[in-house]
Amino acid sequence: MVDAVQDQDDFIPPAEVAEMELYHPKSWLTKYVFSQDAKVIAIQYSFTAIAIGLVALVLSWMMRLQLGFPETFSFIEAEDYYQFITMHGMIMVIYLLTALFLGGFGNYLIPLMVGARDMVFPYMNMLSYWVYLLAVLVLLASFFVPGGPTGAGWTLYPPQAILPGTPGAEGGIVMMLVSLALFIVGFTMGGLNYVVTVLQARTRGMTLMRMPLTIWGIFMATVLALLAFPALFVGAVMMTLDSLLGTSFFMPDIAQFGEQLKYSGGSPILFQHLFWFFGHPEVYIVALPAFGIVSDLISVHARRHIFGYRLMVWAIVIIGALSFIVWAHHMYVSGMNPWFGFFFATTTLIIAIPTAIKVYNWVLTLWRGNIQFTVPMLFALAFIVTFVNGGITGLFLGNVVVDVPLSDTMFVVAHFHMVMGVAPLMVVFGAIYHWFPKMTGRLLNVPMGQIHFWVTFIGAYAIFLPLHYLGFLGVPRRYYELSDISFIPDSAQDLNAFVTVIALIVGAAQILFLYNIGRSMIKGEKSGPNPWRATSLEWQTPQTPPGHGNFGQDLPVVYRWAYAYGLPDATEDYVPQNLPPDQITSDYDNSKLSKPIAQAAE
Amino acid sequence: MFVAVMLILVAVGTVVFHIVSPWWWTPIASNWGYIDDTIILTFWITGAVFVAVILFMAYCCFRFRYKEGRRSEYEPENKKLEWWLTILTGIGVAGMLIPGLFVWNQFVTVPPGAAEIEIVGAQWQWSFRYPGKDGVLGTSNVRLINGDNPFGINPDDPNGRDDVLVEGDDLHLPIGGPIKFLLRSVDVLHDFYVPEFRAKMDMVPGTITYFWLTPTRSGTFDILCFELCGTGHYTMRGTVVVETKEVYEEWLGEQETFAQTMARAGSDPTRATNIALSGARTAAVDDRLAQ
Repeated sequence: MVDAVQDQDDFIPPAEVAEMELYHPKSWLTKYVFSQDAKVIAIQYSFTAIAIGLVALVLSWMMRLQLGFPETFSFIEAEDYYQFITMHGMIMVIYLLTALFLGGFGNYLIPLMVGARDMVFPYMNMLSYWVYLLAVLVLLASFFVPGGPTGAGWTLYPPQAILPGTPGAEGGIVMMLVSLALFIVGFTMGGLNYVVTVLQARTRGMTLMRMPLTIWGIFMATVLALLAFPALFVGAVMMTLDSLLGTSFFMPDIAQFGEQLKYSGGSPILFQHLFWFFGHPEVYIVALPAFGIVSDLISVHARRHIFGYRLMVWAIVIIGALSFIVWAHHMYVSGMNPWFGFFFATTTLIIAIPTAIKVYNWVLTLWRGNIQFTVPMLFALAFIVTFVNGGITGLFLGNVVVDVPLSDTMFVVAHFHMVMGVAPLMVVFGAIYHWFPKMTGRLLNVPMGQIHFWVTFIGAYAIFLPLHYLGFLGVPRRYYELSDISFIPDSAQDLNAFVTVIALIVGAAQILFLYNIGRSMIKGEKSGPNPWRATSLEWQTPQTPPGHGNFGQDLPVVYRWAYAYGLPDATEDYVPQNLPPDQITSDYDNSKLSKPIAQAAE
Repeated sequence: MFVAVMLILVAVGTVVFHIVSPWWWTPIASNWGYIDDTIILTFWITGAVFVAVILFMAYCCFRFRYKEGRRSEYEPENKKLEWWLTILTGIGVAGMLIPGLFVWNQFVTVPPGAAEIEIVGAQWQWSFRYPGKDGVLGTSNVRLINGDNPFGINPDDPNGRDDVLVEGDDLHLPIGGPIKFLLRSVDVLHDFYVPEFRAKMDMVPGTITYFWLTPTRSGTFDILCFELCGTGHYTMRGTVVVETKEVYEEWLGEQETFAQTMARAGSDPTRATNIALSGARTAAVDDRLAQ
């Protein structure tokens, strides 16, 4: 018996397939469709998010047509209008921005920038995308159920969200809630991956305080999302039960259209707390990756280290923590106990301090830099302008008493579009122009990029700046039309028409962007491995685009932070993170820094 | 150069637009001028920061534009500068927050002796209830709502018998005295807002919310629903008439009380009946939606 065990131990089965072969995908299907490679998953996430985002863009045109030219388009009834605004908002915030920043950029950049071969749970990462895709399909399907999608506003406030009198109460609202629940399930699978990868899979030398700010932003945003999404999840489950099974979590005694409903004893404000406990961190779930990415864009293209790196990291962490105790600033006039206003106004204005520090450090990074006005840099500068603009209007709305006249006016619409619509999208565009060469090995066309930039930036600014002033006037948001209101002058209608025209032009500019992407993928100028002469690890891969496993034979070793630009003694004006210290004064050659894997070489 | 010029144009253009914009506050008609003052203060502080940041960027973009062979300055941190910026920002933020909280304290503190008026929201119309001669509103319950008792007033509560009900007509307010609005919804969320008053609050079914103000200017103003309440949200409008105390009292005396309404309806107000609302109300709503 003892001998038999001994025999077992001695027995080593022959390797039928080489170890590396097991690691690499073998069929077209596992390489490009059911891929476990974070980079492929990133591109799947990005394409899906951008596709659904285009749907939301078209919805915004429809609503702008109604606002700009009321009583002109017979196919936009009040019900349609409310469905358009609801789906536009929800898609843009959740299915485009959250998915694109975390599922798209997170997947692509985390392993590459921390020096990992992949996410730590590749199979779960793949599943994350497919559940996300299912969530998107359920959302799209809600357009085709009887009664159409929900028109309850993107905040989905009960009781109206599930009652007759609101579009989509028949089925659309349940589809929306199911889709959100699926999204959260899918996100959680990806999110755990991002967090564990950052914490556990960094390469040798990549300490937390050497990580690029992009990774800090995405990491912290993911932590926020993992903590915040459960609140939305339970809210969605409870509202689904209210809608389908007649429970009364959010439903008090109601007499609607002269009929007594069966609900009793629930609290509509409870839903608002759950929604905003998620909803406010959600703002930073979108903003923090944008903060991180834009820091890197500014640094690389201004050829200067980011100013005040440690404070930038702490600002991200502090903003993340504070974002969990500000949520009720969305509810100053919700009918909650008004004394809460003191607390939430104070926390909200305090969060402005670390946010302002980030702005100062971005502009101080430009100081004594050597600024190259590449397309990514243009978008980064536009981000600062729009973010500062949208940030300071947040100081109006966060200061409880100022919010009283402004809440639910167009001022709010203008504020959050500027700060979490336009500003993060500037970063999305900048990031795509910046990393497209790594993803494809080709550069995007520059003149097309510049036209895209100026039309988008100036156009978006011209759309949202004047809308603030309609808010001051008292023009409400979520109004299908504004006729016969004594305090609204005719000029407000002219302004709405102007904004609609600009919105259509800005929308059209995005077609140019998509064309640029499609054309450059095939015909774009070859970029080489590191066209921006950047220091972070993703630019030092042996292949461009990086192969499966990212870094060839050996993982890179990191000797310094990601912002070694303008180092006084170095030969070049940038020193890659993985360049050994003894080579700083020699000419750099990317091929010396890492060796390709023979099998994967193309 | 071009980028720097464009940034300056954005900063200057924003300020110019602010100055020439024809869209601005409606003339105020309540005591909440403090809110306007806080906003003006916020404008000055944040506007200065906005212009300063953009102009600084523009300067950097001009002065430090790319030159072949130039090295950027290597100064990763500057503790002193970072502390100063943090402290100055803190002062600026406190400068907005502290006055704001003082005004909020007034907003949440209803002055003693404020007259109480109830606003009732239902999809998609406003109704109003005055406390009558005893100065006290009777209790109410959504479950008591029926065709004869659309407000759901408790018929057993003697305080409610003399309450004055206004349905499908304007809200009248006396000028000069503080008024506490008690806000009630019977179905979904609504929000009672008159832009000239500057103050608003959501109406939440299942609870009674409130805010107070003193009308300071006579005139006729629009009431708008400011919380999405379904397809007819944008049609949920009303009118408020602010007038002198004498005119107001005269108008109030002409209105029907709850007891009179019930008597006219031919039902005993002490016996709650469960007749569904007549179709008239929903038909009226349908008419407005069809417009």
